[in-house]
Amino acid sequence: MSTTAEAPPKKKLSPRKRAQRIRWAQYAILAAIAVVVAFAADWGQIQHVFFRSDMVKATFTEGLPNAFKNTLVYTAGAFIIGLLLGTVLALMRLSSVGPYRWIASIWIEFFRGLPAIVVFIAFGLLPLAFAGLVIPFDPYGTVWVALGLVASAYMAETIRAGIQAVPPGQIEAARSLGMPAGAATRKIILPQAFRIITPPLTNEVILLVKDSSLVYVLGLSGSAYELTKYGRGLANTNANLTPLVVAGFCYLLITLPLSILVRRMEARQKKER
Amino acid sequence: MSAPASTAHVVEVTDLHKSFGDNHVLRGLNATISQGEVVCVIGPSGSGKSTFLRCINLLEQPSSGSIKVGGDEVTDPDCDIDGIRRNMGMVFQQFNLFPHLSALDNCTIAQTTVLKRSKDEARATARENLEKVGLSEKADAFPAQLSGGQQQRVAIARALSMDPKLMLFDEPTSALDPELVGDVLSVMRRLATEGMTMFVVTHEMAFARDVADRVIFMDGGYIVEEGSPDQVIGDPKEERTKTFLQRVLDPTHVDPGAEDAAYSKRHIAEATARSATPPLDPTAFPER
Repeated sequence: MSTTAEAPPKKKLSPRKRAQRIRWAQYAILAAIAVVVAFAADWGQIQHVFFRSDMVKATFTEGLPNAFKNTLVYTAGAFIIGLLLGTVLALMRLSSVGPYRWIASIWIEFFRGLPAIVVFIAFGLLPLAFAGLVIPFDPYGTVWVALGLVASAYMAETIRAGIQAVPPGQIEAARSLGMPAGAATRKIILPQAFRIITPPLTNEVILLVKDSSLVYVLGLSGSAYELTKYGRGLANTNANLTPLVVAGFCYLLITLPLSILVRRMEARQKKER
Repeated sequence: MSAPASTAHVVEVTDLHKSFGDNHVLRGLNATISQGEVVCVIGPSGSGKSTFLRCINLLEQPSSGSIKVGGDEVTDPDCDIDGIRRNMGMVFQQFNLFPHLSALDNCTIAQTTVLKRSKDEARATARENLEKVGLSEKADAFPAQLSGGQQQRVAIARALSMDPKLMLFDEPTSALDPELVGDVLSVMRRLATEGMTMFVVTHEMAFARDVADRVIFMDGGYIVEEGSPDQVIGDPKEERTKTFLQRVLDPTHVDPGAEDAAYSKRHIAEATARSATPPLDPTAFPER
């Protein structure tokens, strides 16, 4: 008994030293894992399958720029449609006209609940139901509308939250200056709402960039392939993953600058909030 | 819009009632404001004075009664409320500046969208009014870069830029640090001496005494006493007014707890009514 009472003062480390030891242990584990991986992996094979230099070259020359452009154009068009439609839906959900609220709610729940790929498959088969249906700007129009519909449901909810986050005093101030409700919404409420929702909206753009990889189910021709479809096709024919890796990097080439741009925008807007 | 020939009253309130659910906040108010007059409304919190003010430009919909502003019936459902509001400037306790616009743009946005003034004309008017409130060098600053007192003065300039016939002030200094109150009050005093018609809900007794032409004391949804500042603040007749003023003017010499009974009598009924019928509109209780 008496020995246990004497022992702790000798052994006890200061909290700082304890934390130091734990940190060293963590570094050691990490180093051990790295060593194991480095020796266990067949680097030659990995490089051959994922990063073959001649395949990288082939991926670039056989139409990567076109696929890259398609992904960008699909996303941009769908974003514009989604944003406009989403704003209208958000305002409908906040409308004093009951049927507008119901329609918007049903629309949002429907397109938010369905997997995007189901919507695209259905969209690809739309001409079966509506013979002679022509969506302009083929194939872009079809992709924009299909992707935009899905995006509109998500964006509507984000925009609605943004509108409701604007303090009620703002609308009171605008109305007491004699602004009609419409002008107050356009000039005062929406600009502030969009500032509030810039981060979640960025999220949705990035999701949209990635969802654009699903539009292949619409049955597009070679020149309309976006990055994933193009990379996968090339990977299949060559039995090598390199084209898909290159295509994957292209997505980061879109999303990373986007994140940085928005972060800058937010920093600049901070003083205005 | 001009004051009707028959009367010089800018605002005419007759038997105004307002209820939030079962909570009867205003219980039959009658009041007038004449051209160029400065009227201060004082009273304890929960007395309905802010609701009274907000009814005048219809931020609150009165339950019954009549409010005429410049001869136009505000409570008429078919009145041109935007047109009437254009002639009334409103200054809020929380300033409510538009945070995404610079001080100058705060003052021009309603001019260009509502009055259809040209950009140059709107800017000139805005600069003139910003100078009037002593902030011409802050024209390009955003609200977040300004102190509370500066924000409130921009808010006054914003309201003045619409060339209103009447200015409504809803406790304009209550959210300010004590050392910033003076800036705002002196701007308001200047406005009063220039002949602006003003309706001011305030807790600043010194302002009411010095600047007001008439003081209204409200309690429990009624106008308890009304008259010149010397009468109401200097020599109140009603017991309720006396207690209130003593508590406000000499707060270190009141009996602790003496107000509690009266307070709970006023507010417990209110709270019960509120919990029974929760308000749909989150702005329904402006003084909370």
